[in-house]
Amino acid sequence: MHRTATTVAALGLALAGAAFADPVEDTLVIEAGDGSTIEIVTKAPAPEHLKDVMDWVYSGWHYREDETRALERDDFDNPGMVYVDRGLDMWNAAIGKGGESCAGCHQGPESMAGLRAVTPRVDEKTGKLMTVESYVNECVTERMGLEAWNWTGNEMKDMLALISMQSRGMPVNVAIDGAAAPFWEKGKEIYYTRFGQLEMSCASCHEDNQGKFIRADHLSQGQINGFPTYRLKDAGILSAQQRFVGCVRDTRAETFKAGSDEFTALELYVASRGNGLSVEGVAVRH
Amino acid sequence: MVEEVKPRVKTPKSAAAGEVVTIKALISHPMESGQRKGADGNLIPRRIINRFTCDLNGVNVIDVAIDPAVSTNPYFEFDAKVDAAGEFKFTWYDDDGSIYEDVKPIAIG
Repeated sequence: MHRTATTVAALGLALAGAAFADPVEDTLVIEAGDGSTIEIVTKAPAPEHLKDVMDWVYSGWHYREDETRALERDDFDNPGMVYVDRGLDMWNAAIGKGGESCAGCHQGPESMAGLRAVTPRVDEKTGKLMTVESYVNECVTERMGLEAWNWTGNEMKDMLALISMQSRGMPVNVAIDGAAAPFWEKGKEIYYTRFGQLEMSCASCHEDNQGKFIRADHLSQGQINGFPTYRLKDAGILSAQQRFVGCVRDTRAETFKAGSDEFTALELYVASRGNGLSVEGVAVRH
Repeated sequence: MVEEVKPRVKTPKSAAAGEVVTIKALISHPMESGQRKGADGNLIPRRIINRFTCDLNGVNVIDVAIDPAVSTNPYFEFDAKVDAAGEFKFTWYDDDGSIYEDVKPIAIG
Protein backbone atom coordinates (compact mmCIF):
# COMPACT_ATOMS: atom_id res chain seq x y z
CA MET A 1 0.00 0.00 0.00
CA HIS A 2 2.73 2.36 1.07
CA ARG A 3 4.77 1.53 -2.00
CA THR A 4 1.83 2.18 -4.33
CA ALA A 5 1.27 5.58 -2.79
CA THR A 6 4.93 6.48 -3.27
CA THR A 7 4.86 5.39 -6.90
CA VAL A 8 1.78 7.45 -7.60
CA ALA A 9 3.34 10.47 -5.93
CA ALA A 10 6.57 10.05 -7.87
CA LEU A 11 4.68 9.70 -11.13
CA GLY A 12 2.68 12.81 -10.33
CA LEU A 13 5.86 14.77 -9.70
CA ALA A 14 7.43 13.55 -12.92
CA LEU A 15 4.37 14.60 -14.92
CA ALA A 16 4.23 17.97 -13.23
CA GLY A 17 7.93 18.45 -13.99
CA ALA A 18 7.42 17.66 -17.66
CA ALA A 19 4.42 19.93 -17.97
CA PHE A 20 6.28 22.85 -16.43
CA ALA A 21 9.55 22.55 -18.27
CA ASP A 22 8.83 25.14 -20.94
CA PRO A 23 6.64 28.21 -21.17
CA VAL A 24 3.01 27.08 -21.14
CA GLU A 25 0.99 27.72 -24.29
CA ASP A 26 -1.93 29.83 -23.11
CA THR A 27 -3.55 33.17 -23.85
CA LEU A 28 -4.23 35.98 -21.43
CA VAL A 29 -7.51 37.86 -21.69
CA ILE A 30 -8.15 40.07 -18.69
CA GLU A 31 -11.61 40.88 -17.41
CA ALA A 32 -11.17 44.50 -16.33
CA GLY A 33 -12.85 46.11 -13.35
CA ASP A 34 -15.36 47.93 -15.59
CA GLY A 35 -16.48 44.67 -17.23
CA SER A 36 -14.54 45.13 -20.48
CA THR A 37 -11.95 42.63 -21.65
CA ILE A 38 -8.38 43.31 -22.65
CA GLU A 39 -6.30 40.95 -24.72
CA ILE A 40 -2.67 40.84 -23.65
CA VAL A 41 0.17 39.93 -25.99
CA THR A 42 2.30 37.57 -23.91
CA LYS A 43 4.22 35.98 -26.77
CA ALA A 44 5.77 38.02 -29.55
CA PRO A 45 8.47 37.66 -32.21
CA ALA A 46 11.82 38.62 -30.71
CA PRO A 47 12.92 42.22 -31.39
CA GLU A 48 15.57 42.72 -34.06
CA HIS A 49 18.51 42.99 -31.64
CA LEU A 50 17.68 39.58 -30.11
CA LYS A 51 17.13 37.71 -33.38
CA ASP A 52 20.36 35.72 -33.16
CA VAL A 53 19.69 34.47 -29.61
CA MET A 54 15.96 33.70 -29.62
CA ASP A 55 12.97 33.61 -31.95
CA TRP A 56 10.20 34.43 -29.49
CA VAL A 57 9.87 36.48 -26.36
CA TYR A 58 7.50 35.34 -23.64
CA SER A 59 6.01 37.23 -20.73
CA GLY A 60 6.87 35.72 -17.35
CA TRP A 61 3.16 34.92 -17.13
CA HIS A 62 3.77 31.82 -19.28
CA TYR A 63 6.17 30.38 -16.71
CA ARG A 64 3.84 30.45 -13.71
CA GLU A 65 1.41 27.80 -12.50
CA ASP A 66 -2.25 27.61 -13.60
CA GLU A 67 -3.50 29.14 -10.34
CA THR A 68 -1.10 32.08 -10.49
CA ARG A 69 -1.92 32.74 -14.14
CA ALA A 70 -5.64 32.66 -13.33
CA LEU A 71 -5.27 35.44 -10.76
CA GLU A 72 -4.31 37.85 -13.51
CA ARG A 73 -7.36 37.05 -15.65
CA ASP A 74 -9.80 38.98 -13.46
CA ASP A 75 -9.02 42.36 -11.97
CA PHE A 76 -10.98 41.49 -8.88
CA ASP A 77 -8.82 38.45 -8.23
CA ASN A 78 -5.61 40.36 -8.91
CA PRO A 79 -4.34 41.50 -5.50
CA GLY A 80 -2.26 44.19 -7.20
CA MET A 81 -5.41 46.21 -7.86
CA VAL A 82 -5.55 47.14 -4.17
CA TYR A 83 -2.35 49.12 -4.74
CA VAL A 84 -3.73 50.70 -7.91
CA ASP A 85 -6.71 51.91 -5.86
CA ARG A 86 -4.39 53.35 -3.25
CA GLY A 87 -2.41 55.05 -6.00
CA LEU A 88 -5.63 56.62 -7.30
CA ASP A 89 -6.47 58.00 -3.84
CA MET A 90 -2.98 59.48 -3.68
CA TRP A 91 -3.33 60.90 -7.20
CA ASN A 92 -6.40 62.89 -6.14
CA ALA A 93 -5.15 63.86 -2.67
CA ALA A 94 -3.78 67.36 -2.06
CA ILE A 95 -0.44 66.14 -0.76
CA GLY A 96 1.82 68.99 -1.95
CA LYS A 97 3.18 71.72 0.31
CA GLY A 98 0.90 74.25 -1.32
CA GLY A 99 -2.02 71.82 -1.59
CA GLU A 100 -0.99 70.52 -5.02
CA SER A 101 -2.27 67.16 -6.22
CA CYS A 102 -1.33 65.04 -9.25
CA ALA A 103 -4.87 65.55 -10.57
CA GLY A 104 -4.47 69.34 -10.30
CA CYS A 105 -2.00 69.42 -13.20
CA HIS A 106 -2.54 66.12 -15.00
CA GLN A 107 -6.34 65.71 -14.64
CA GLY A 108 -7.23 62.01 -14.62
CA PRO A 109 -4.59 59.28 -14.48
CA GLU A 110 -5.59 58.41 -18.11
CA SER A 111 -3.30 61.30 -19.09
CA MET A 112 -0.42 58.94 -18.27
CA ALA A 113 -1.51 56.40 -20.92
CA GLY A 114 1.47 55.17 -22.89
CA LEU A 115 4.17 56.34 -20.48
CA ARG A 116 4.95 52.94 -19.00
CA ALA A 117 5.28 51.45 -22.49
CA VAL A 118 8.09 53.79 -23.54
CA THR A 119 10.09 54.16 -20.33
CA PRO A 120 12.93 54.16 -19.46
CA ARG A 121 13.51 56.91 -22.01
CA VAL A 122 15.95 59.79 -22.36
CA ASP A 123 14.61 63.19 -21.39
CA GLU A 124 15.24 65.53 -24.31
CA LYS A 125 16.04 68.57 -22.18
CA THR A 126 18.30 67.09 -19.53
CA GLY A 127 19.70 64.07 -21.38
CA LYS A 128 18.94 61.93 -18.33
CA LEU A 129 17.52 58.42 -18.55
CA MET A 130 14.08 58.63 -16.96
CA THR A 131 11.89 55.89 -15.52
CA VAL A 132 8.32 56.34 -14.30
CA GLU A 133 9.77 56.66 -10.80
CA SER A 134 12.13 59.48 -11.87
CA TYR A 135 9.22 61.40 -13.39
CA VAL A 136 7.16 60.94 -10.23
CA ASN A 137 9.99 62.13 -8.02
CA GLU A 138 10.60 65.12 -10.27
CA CYS A 139 7.00 66.20 -9.68
CA VAL A 140 7.13 65.40 -5.97
CA THR A 141 10.28 67.42 -5.31
CA GLU A 142 10.07 70.26 -7.85
CA ARG A 143 6.36 70.95 -8.14
CA MET A 144 4.98 69.69 -4.83
CA GLY A 145 7.84 70.88 -2.63
CA LEU A 146 8.15 67.55 -0.82
CA GLU A 147 11.07 65.32 0.07
CA ALA A 148 11.75 62.81 -2.70
CA TRP A 149 9.83 59.56 -2.25
CA ASN A 150 11.76 56.45 -1.43
CA TRP A 151 12.32 54.70 -4.78
CA THR A 152 10.86 51.44 -3.49
CA GLY A 153 8.53 52.92 -0.83
CA ASN A 154 4.79 52.40 -0.66
CA GLU A 155 3.78 55.79 -2.07
CA MET A 156 6.08 55.35 -5.04
CA LYS A 157 4.95 51.82 -5.85
CA ASP A 158 1.25 52.65 -5.46
CA MET A 159 1.73 55.50 -7.92
CA LEU A 160 3.80 53.32 -10.24
CA ALA A 161 1.02 50.71 -10.22
CA LEU A 162 -1.61 53.33 -11.07
CA ILE A 163 0.46 54.85 -13.89
CA SER A 164 1.40 51.45 -15.36
CA MET A 165 -2.25 50.42 -15.44
CA GLN A 166 -3.00 53.28 -17.84
CA SER A 167 -0.77 51.60 -20.45
CA ARG A 168 -2.19 48.12 -20.00
CA GLY A 169 -2.43 46.25 -23.30
CA MET A 170 -0.12 48.66 -25.13
CA PRO A 171 3.02 47.13 -26.65
CA VAL A 172 6.31 47.83 -24.89
CA ASN A 173 8.25 50.06 -27.24
CA VAL A 174 11.34 51.59 -25.66
CA ALA A 175 13.78 53.46 -27.90
CA ILE A 176 17.27 52.01 -28.04
CA ASP A 177 18.84 54.25 -30.65
CA GLY A 178 19.80 57.93 -30.72
CA ALA A 179 20.25 59.45 -27.28
CA ALA A 180 19.28 56.16 -25.62
CA ALA A 181 22.04 54.16 -27.33
CA PRO A 182 24.83 54.73 -24.76
CA PHE A 183 22.49 53.84 -21.88
CA TRP A 184 21.30 50.78 -23.75
CA GLU A 185 24.89 49.63 -24.39
CA LYS A 186 25.67 50.08 -20.70
CA GLY A 187 22.59 48.08 -19.74
CA LYS A 188 23.54 45.35 -22.18
CA GLU A 189 27.02 45.17 -20.71
CA ILE A 190 25.56 44.73 -17.21
CA TYR A 191 23.18 42.07 -18.51
CA TYR A 192 26.06 39.94 -19.76
CA THR A 193 28.46 40.64 -16.86
CA ARG A 194 28.89 37.84 -14.33
CA PHE A 195 28.37 39.09 -10.79
CA GLY A 196 28.86 37.68 -7.32
CA GLN A 197 30.49 34.64 -5.80
CA LEU A 198 28.35 32.44 -8.04
CA GLU A 199 29.58 34.35 -11.08
CA MET A 200 26.23 34.52 -12.79
CA SER A 201 25.01 37.08 -15.30
CA CYS A 202 21.39 37.83 -16.11
CA ALA A 203 21.93 35.80 -19.29
CA SER A 204 23.11 32.71 -17.36
CA CYS A 205 19.57 32.13 -16.16
CA HIS A 206 17.25 34.09 -18.38
CA GLU A 207 18.83 33.52 -21.78
CA ASP A 208 20.88 30.30 -21.62
CA ASN A 209 18.59 28.36 -19.28
CA GLN A 210 15.12 29.86 -19.53
CA GLY A 211 12.42 27.21 -19.21
CA LYS A 212 14.60 25.04 -16.94
CA PHE A 213 14.60 24.87 -13.18
CA ILE A 214 17.17 26.34 -10.82
CA ARG A 215 16.37 24.30 -7.74
CA ALA A 216 12.65 24.98 -7.30
CA ASP A 217 12.50 28.11 -9.45
CA HIS A 218 11.20 27.95 -12.99
CA LEU A 219 13.40 30.29 -14.99
CA SER A 220 11.59 32.75 -17.22
CA GLN A 221 13.12 35.04 -19.80
CA GLY A 222 13.22 37.73 -17.14
CA GLN A 223 10.88 40.02 -19.04
CA ILE A 224 9.68 43.12 -17.17
CA ASN A 225 6.58 43.98 -19.23
CA GLY A 226 4.46 42.77 -16.29
CA PHE A 227 6.10 45.02 -13.70
CA PRO A 228 5.25 46.38 -11.26
CA THR A 229 3.97 42.98 -10.26
CA TYR A 230 2.11 41.62 -7.26
CA ARG A 231 4.36 38.95 -5.84
CA LEU A 232 2.55 36.29 -3.85
CA LYS A 233 5.71 35.50 -1.90
CA ASP A 234 5.96 39.08 -0.64
CA ALA A 235 2.20 39.75 -0.45
CA GLY A 236 3.09 43.09 -1.98
CA ILE A 237 3.91 44.99 -5.10
CA LEU A 238 7.40 44.84 -6.58
CA SER A 239 9.07 47.12 -9.12
CA ALA A 240 11.42 45.89 -11.84
CA GLN A 241 14.53 47.32 -10.18
CA GLN A 242 13.58 45.74 -6.86
CA ARG A 243 13.51 42.42 -8.69
CA PHE A 244 16.98 43.19 -10.12
CA VAL A 245 18.22 43.71 -6.57
CA GLY A 246 16.85 40.28 -5.61
CA CYS A 247 18.42 38.59 -8.62
CA VAL A 248 21.88 40.11 -8.17
CA ARG A 249 21.76 39.40 -4.42
CA ASP A 250 21.06 35.77 -5.21
CA THR A 251 24.35 35.58 -7.08
CA ARG A 252 25.91 36.50 -3.71
CA ALA A 253 27.01 39.90 -4.93
CA GLU A 254 26.82 43.36 -3.43
CA THR A 255 23.97 44.75 -5.50
CA PHE A 256 23.46 48.10 -7.13
CA LYS A 257 20.68 50.09 -5.52
CA ALA A 258 17.20 50.43 -6.98
CA GLY A 259 17.21 53.78 -8.76
CA SER A 260 20.97 53.70 -9.44
CA ASP A 261 22.32 54.64 -12.89
CA GLU A 262 23.39 51.02 -13.39
CA PHE A 263 19.98 49.49 -12.73
CA THR A 264 18.18 52.21 -14.70
CA ALA A 265 20.37 51.41 -17.71
CA LEU A 266 19.69 47.71 -17.12
CA GLU A 267 15.95 48.41 -16.92
CA LEU A 268 16.14 50.03 -20.36
CA TYR A 269 18.02 47.08 -21.81
CA VAL A 270 15.75 44.45 -20.25
CA ALA A 271 12.64 46.40 -21.30
CA SER A 272 13.98 46.49 -24.87
CA ARG A 273 14.23 42.68 -24.85
CA GLY A 274 10.45 42.69 -24.39
CA ASN A 275 9.60 45.22 -27.12
CA GLY A 276 6.38 43.91 -28.64
CA LEU A 277 4.93 42.31 -25.51
CA SER A 278 1.99 44.06 -23.87
CA VAL A 279 2.34 46.13 -20.73
CA GLU A 280 0.42 44.05 -18.19
CA GLY A 281 -0.19 46.94 -15.82
CA VAL A 282 0.02 45.05 -12.58
CA ALA A 283 0.91 41.41 -13.18
CA VAL A 284 0.72 38.57 -10.67
CA ARG A 285 3.73 36.33 -10.14
CA HIS A 286 4.73 33.99 -7.36
CA MET B 1 -2.23 60.05 4.41
CA VAL B 2 -4.07 57.38 2.45
CA GLU B 3 -6.53 55.15 4.29
CA GLU B 4 -5.13 51.64 4.13
CA VAL B 5 -8.42 49.80 4.69
CA LYS B 6 -10.68 49.63 1.68
CA PRO B 7 -13.47 47.12 0.99
CA ARG B 8 -14.08 45.88 -2.54
CA VAL B 9 -17.02 43.70 -3.55
CA LYS B 10 -18.01 42.09 -6.84
CA THR B 11 -21.63 40.99 -7.30
CA PRO B 12 -23.74 40.48 -10.42
CA LYS B 13 -26.10 43.37 -11.21
CA SER B 14 -29.06 41.06 -11.69
CA ALA B 15 -30.12 37.44 -11.25
CA ALA B 16 -33.10 35.21 -12.11
CA ALA B 17 -35.42 34.59 -9.17
CA GLY B 18 -34.04 31.66 -7.16
CA GLU B 19 -30.66 31.82 -8.90
CA VAL B 20 -27.49 31.11 -6.95
CA VAL B 21 -24.92 33.84 -7.60
CA THR B 22 -21.22 34.04 -6.75
CA ILE B 23 -20.01 36.92 -4.62
CA LYS B 24 -16.42 38.02 -4.17
CA ALA B 25 -15.42 40.26 -1.28
CA LEU B 26 -11.97 41.58 -0.48
CA ILE B 27 -10.79 44.13 2.04
CA SER B 28 -7.34 45.65 2.00
CA HIS B 29 -6.09 45.29 5.56
CA PRO B 30 -2.66 44.57 7.11
CA MET B 31 -4.04 41.70 9.30
CA GLU B 32 -1.24 42.15 11.82
CA SER B 33 -1.20 38.84 13.70
CA GLY B 34 0.15 40.14 17.01
CA GLN B 35 2.96 37.59 16.96
CA ARG B 36 5.51 39.54 14.96
CA LYS B 37 8.19 41.75 16.44
CA GLY B 38 9.00 45.20 15.13
CA ALA B 39 12.47 46.65 14.54
CA ASP B 40 12.64 47.66 18.23
CA GLY B 41 12.12 44.06 19.38
CA ASN B 42 8.67 44.67 20.83
CA LEU B 43 5.58 42.81 19.70
CA ILE B 44 3.50 44.64 17.12
CA PRO B 45 -0.01 44.70 18.61
CA ARG B 46 -2.57 42.48 16.98
CA ARG B 47 -4.92 44.21 14.58
CA ILE B 48 -7.03 42.04 12.30
CA ILE B 49 -10.49 41.90 10.80
CA ASN B 50 -12.10 39.45 13.23
CA ARG B 51 -15.52 39.07 11.63
CA PHE B 52 -17.09 39.40 8.21
CA THR B 53 -20.78 39.20 7.43
CA CYS B 54 -23.01 39.45 4.38
CA ASP B 55 -26.77 40.03 4.54
CA LEU B 56 -29.28 39.98 1.69
CA ASN B 57 -32.36 42.06 2.46
CA GLY B 58 -31.74 41.69 6.17
CA VAL B 59 -31.28 37.90 6.04
CA ASN B 60 -27.84 36.64 6.91
CA VAL B 61 -25.97 34.90 4.07
CA ILE B 62 -22.60 34.30 5.68
CA ASP B 63 -21.01 35.14 9.02
CA VAL B 64 -17.30 34.42 9.29
CA ALA B 65 -15.15 34.44 12.43
CA ILE B 66 -11.58 35.28 11.43
CA ASP B 67 -8.44 34.44 13.37
CA PRO B 68 -4.86 35.74 13.15
CA ALA B 69 -3.67 33.03 10.74
CA VAL B 70 -5.60 34.67 7.90
CA SER B 71 -3.23 36.62 5.72
CA THR B 72 -3.22 40.24 4.64
CA ASN B 73 -6.08 41.54 2.44
CA PRO B 74 -8.58 38.77 3.31
CA TYR B 75 -10.63 37.61 0.32
CA PHE B 76 -13.86 35.61 0.50
CA GLU B 77 -15.76 34.05 -2.36
CA PHE B 78 -19.13 32.48 -1.64
CA ASP B 79 -22.58 31.79 -3.15
CA ALA B 80 -25.93 33.31 -2.28
CA LYS B 81 -29.43 32.36 -3.45
CA VAL B 82 -31.37 35.40 -4.65
CA ASP B 83 -35.17 35.11 -4.31
CA ALA B 84 -36.10 38.80 -4.53
CA ALA B 85 -34.53 42.06 -5.66
CA GLY B 86 -32.88 44.10 -2.96
CA GLU B 87 -29.42 44.75 -1.69
CA PHE B 88 -26.44 42.93 -0.29
CA LYS B 89 -24.91 44.46 2.77
CA PHE B 90 -21.30 43.60 3.64
CA THR B 91 -19.73 44.34 7.00
CA TRP B 92 -16.16 43.90 8.22
CA TYR B 93 -15.30 44.24 11.94
CA ASP B 94 -11.83 45.48 12.88
CA ASP B 95 -10.04 44.70 16.16
CA ASP B 96 -9.69 48.45 16.74
CA GLY B 97 -13.48 48.81 16.80
CA SER B 98 -13.82 50.18 13.27
CA ILE B 99 -16.62 48.80 11.14
CA TYR B 100 -16.35 48.94 7.37
CA GLU B 101 -19.45 48.57 5.23
CA ASP B 102 -20.37 48.24 1.59
CA VAL B 103 -23.73 47.84 -0.12
CA LYS B 104 -24.53 46.39 -3.56
CA PRO B 105 -27.99 46.36 -5.12
CA ILE B 106 -29.25 43.33 -7.06
CA ALA B 107 -32.17 43.25 -9.49
CA ILE B 108 -34.33 40.35 -10.61
CA GLY B 109 -34.53 39.73 -14.33
